[in-house]
Amino acid sequence: METARKFINMFSTVPVLGWMLGFFTAVLIEYYWGYDYISYYLGLPKIPVLFGTLVMLKNPMMIPGVVGYDLIVYVIPILLIAKLSTFFTNPIAVILEKTPLWVSSIVHLILFYGVLHLWAGINDYRVLVVKLTLISIILTISINVINGYQGEFSCSHPGFMAIGAYVSSIITLYFFVSDKTFGAAVLSPVLGPWLFPFALLAGGLAAALGSLLVAIPSFRTRGDYLAIISLAFMFIVKSAIENLNVIGGARGMGGQPDYAPLPIIFIWTMLCIWVVHNFVTSIMGKALNAVRDDEAASESMTVKTRKTKMTAFMFGAFWAGIAGGLFAHVLTYINPGMFSINRLAEILAMVYFGGLNSIVGSIVGAVTINILGEALRPLELFKWIIIPLILIFVMIFRPYGLISFKEINAKRLLRSRHKKEQGA
Amino acid sequence: MESFIELGQYILQNLINALQRGSFYAVISIGYSMVYGVLMLFNFAHGDIFMVGTYIGFGIATLFLALFAGFLPGPLIFLATVIITMFLASWVGVFVEVAGYRPLRSAPRASAAITGLMIGIIFETGILILLGAKRLSFPPLMESIAYNIGGIYFTNVKVMIIVISLLLMIAVHTFIQKTKWGMAMRAMSYDFLAVPLMGVSINIIAPLTFAVGAGLAAVAGILYGQAYPILDPYMGVIVGWKAFVAAILGGRGSIKGAALAGYLIGFIEIFVATIFPSTLRDLIAYSIILLILTFRPRGFFGMEHSTKLRL
Repeated sequence: METARKFINMFSTVPVLGWMLGFFTAVLIEYYWGYDYISYYLGLPKIPVLFGTLVMLKNPMMIPGVVGYDLIVYVIPILLIAKLSTFFTNPIAVILEKTPLWVSSIVHLILFYGVLHLWAGINDYRVLVVKLTLISIILTISINVINGYQGEFSCSHPGFMAIGAYVSSIITLYFFVSDKTFGAAVLSPVLGPWLFPFALLAGGLAAALGSLLVAIPSFRTRGDYLAIISLAFMFIVKSAIENLNVIGGARGMGGQPDYAPLPIIFIWTMLCIWVVHNFVTSIMGKALNAVRDDEAASESMTVKTRKTKMTAFMFGAFWAGIAGGLFAHVLTYINPGMFSINRLAEILAMVYFGGLNSIVGSIVGAVTINILGEALRPLELFKWIIIPLILIFVMIFRPYGLISFKEINAKRLLRSRHKKEQGA
Repeated sequence: MESFIELGQYILQNLINALQRGSFYAVISIGYSMVYGVLMLFNFAHGDIFMVGTYIGFGIATLFLALFAGFLPGPLIFLATVIITMFLASWVGVFVEVAGYRPLRSAPRASAAITGLMIGIIFETGILILLGAKRLSFPPLMESIAYNIGGIYFTNVKVMIIVISLLLMIAVHTFIQKTKWGMAMRAMSYDFLAVPLMGVSINIIAPLTFAVGAGLAAVAGILYGQAYPILDPYMGVIVGWKAFVAAILGGRGSIKGAALAGYLIGFIEIFVATIFPSTLRDLIAYSIILLILTFRPRGFFGMEHSTKLRL
């Protein structure tokens, strides 16, 4: 125990920049030697995709090789480089600290993206996993606005997502693609990627408008009755789409152009985190918390409860619509069955696992559930026993989720970590 | 005149179908409603308890038919199946309470909803792992005889389903209104903070409520198996959510309301499917529910919440 603490303490002087450099080295090692040397000599068929969990579960004989690979490629280089590079990463962190926070954040984000891009670039499967995880982060944060900050139990998120996905798909298919349903492309396909953000925004706005159907009943009722109203909304959206044969009905709708590469999704995700963080720490965001904790008292303190509820729903639904649009353009195929009870269970699991009233929690929840879902894939059915069990234990021991009621402090996160400051 | 009679026959025919469909929803939604009344929490695993109950009923029925089919009368086998299945399924209900809901009694309500959902998923997957993906078929427990009275066709199975469901609902109603246990449940739903101080243990009443609900769901499962014999691990999801909606529509903790709303949903489903294309069934059913809840936010017989919601 004591040695473990000492070991962890050794790394307390490493700034975020140092960790990123370590991860960068690991990715470089994997990129240049991963296939030719390391996995070859360890007897692995190819570079392990998700830290080797998939190979390990398929064939237990591979466990030593996978553990060796993870040690050689990830653990040792990351720890070593992070620790050894403190002599120059800390001074750089000090310089960045003196610049405005947004400059420092953007520099860190660009570096982080570069590392992520290299890591994901090793194969297509990783790219897809990272894309879907980022979309899940947007979804989880947006449902946290309604279920966490505003305190309603809304089940309509798959519905909002479906609206966003369909509206933005219709726009891109109508304007930029020549296909059977909508005829020839109206605009030149060259413009497509540039105008894609507007299609996404239109999807988000449509979802926000749709959310009024749930928000307006929430003036009079809350809790379980609202849960049912939102559930009914979800089913209505799903079966309405199933009955609209113009947009494919139950067969779904395919052929969306691939306008959502990794950088675009990364930018939207960071935008979402930034906007939602500013929203929930604003006066409006505090009003959401006030309405959640005591509606009558906040009303008497001049909080406009109706406006607050409407804002929360529309804001959450807007981002769910954006996530839906990105989702449609990643998979390039959608059908109404994707936006049903299963999706709802997944979204609820992510937000309640990660933690209510917290953006960090949402990120942790979305990433954990997504990666766990992918990593346990070889177990097939048993995956659906293990993940629910984990969730049940989290709920029993931490009823509000793993990291709840905590906010990101970018300044604190990105600060330099000299020994002197530790003592002070 | 001729067409008028035909229309009447048509309506009566669908009425019987709707009564049968509604019976399932009504009986299952009572389980939701009772738990909600006592704990102010929804048992989201209830739909899957119904599914597990159906599988238990399937096992018991197959066993009994194989053992005693020759020398015991059919109704006796049916009765024995129902009673033993009820008993076993109520333990499933108790398990859900002890494992998923008891540790979370003071936690936010949404957390308990998540555990319920997750226990449901575990049940579904567990059944899938145990029995594989092959579709099992529920053995018929009585011979189906078709009747034709005045142009309306129905079978004795349909009549039995409707009658047994009604009897069950009357039995539960009597249990809650007349017995001491029922009184304790009603008291608990009135105020679950003060009543435990009066010597009624919530650790007994809550499992009992779950057990009664699960027993009812299991009988509904056996009856469902008689009407639609194909078993499927995900059958509880579709039926369960509808029954859940019925429980909310009926009003908090109201047995009467839940039963009524269950029948209402059955009627909406059947009549929408006869008038409009059947793909519109869910759309119209849920739109009606949305409208009802917008204008009657507490359901049919719901009372004002006596205590503040713990969300």
